[in-house]
Amino acid sequence: MKVLLRNPKREIEMSGPRRVHALLAKLQLSREAHLVIRNGTLVPADAELADDDIVEIRPVISGGA
Amino acid sequence: MVGSGSKCRTCRGPAIIDLPRHNANFCADHFMELCRRQVTKAIEHFKMIARDDRVLVAVSGGKDSLAVWDLLIELGYEADGLYVGLGIGDYSDISAEYARSFAAQRGLHLVEVKLREQYGYDIPTAAKATHRVPCSACGLSKRHIFDKAALDGDYTVLVTGHNLDDEAAVLFGNTLHWDVEYLARQLPVLEARAGFPKKVKPLVRLSERETAAWCIVRGIDYLVDECPMAAGNKHLAYKASLNAIEEASPGTKAGFYFNFIDNMAPLLVGRAVAEGVELGECSNCGAPTTGNVCAFCHLVETASAHAPVPVELVTNKGRGKR
Repeated sequence: MKVLLRNPKREIEMSGPRRVHALLAKLQLSREAHLVIRNGTLVPADAELADDDIVEIRPVISGGA
Repeated sequence: MVGSGSKCRTCRGPAIIDLPRHNANFCADHFMELCRRQVTKAIEHFKMIARDDRVLVAVSGGKDSLAVWDLLIELGYEADGLYVGLGIGDYSDISAEYARSFAAQRGLHLVEVKLREQYGYDIPTAAKATHRVPCSACGLSKRHIFDKAALDGDYTVLVTGHNLDDEAAVLFGNTLHWDVEYLARQLPVLEARAGFPKKVKPLVRLSERETAAWCIVRGIDYLVDECPMAAGNKHLAYKASLNAIEEASPGTKAGFYFNFIDNMAPLLVGRAVAEGVELGECSNCGAPTTGNVCAFCHLVETASAHAPVPVELVTNKGRGKR
């Protein structure tokens, strides 16, 4: 699957099937600090991602106080 | 494409988000219902906004401020937006487009203030000229302009998009330093007083992940990228620490903040910074101040006299090299 990441913006390839929480763990990204969007739709932690999915991992943390 | 197995807690339809602190998953409709309920609860419980209030929302073009503006309109409040052009290079140019586009698509009124045009400086230049960290110069500028715009425009309530994560992180920082004067001021509502409008934070019951999800579900385009000047600040480090605890123990952030509000804040009444201090008027702009000239006017004087500084020279990576 194609995985889009930010900070810095980049694209990586990962193999599927793989659950959302496993993908985040593999990439060492906090579940609290990210949302996962599959083919344009938000998906929960136990959603299974397939080889042909396009996945965006969107950080949700803002730095201003 | 492989489907998701989790179901919405309310309707048992396919879920789009898991919320560990609620120990539940939700579909898009019931997630939005949850958000509306949490914001309504915050507004009513803390007496934030009355139906006849004139509301001004501070809008940055990011997820939180656009989400709170959207939610207030959804909940039937009339609210205008205020965007401050901070002059942080492309970041500011793009954020302004998101704010304008949001307002235009919904027929909402957006007030714009541009630091460079109206005050002769921008945030990178202010940081360099005053030797402040960028977030400090930015915060001082925004607070002054928010207050002034609200009072000048006869708005009775100023709304900001601070969410649960923001409040928990500030609380965490103030607690680490036992900064009692700031702890005493960390409330979801600051009542109006001479020279200051009432300020409220309707998103205190929603996490940052939830406000971002609200925008995605609602189709709100917002600036996802982080401010280039915020990278590496302490606030982000506090958030990362709290999120590590939250993952191990869901609900910790909400418990930390709301138990503070319920149990600790009442004990700190009268201890807030500047409470009991007689405030005069700035001889230059008339804003409340303890001195002759307010901190904002000092900032304007110093920063506007400095040659413009591009943002690349003042990012936090170079903080120690100022």
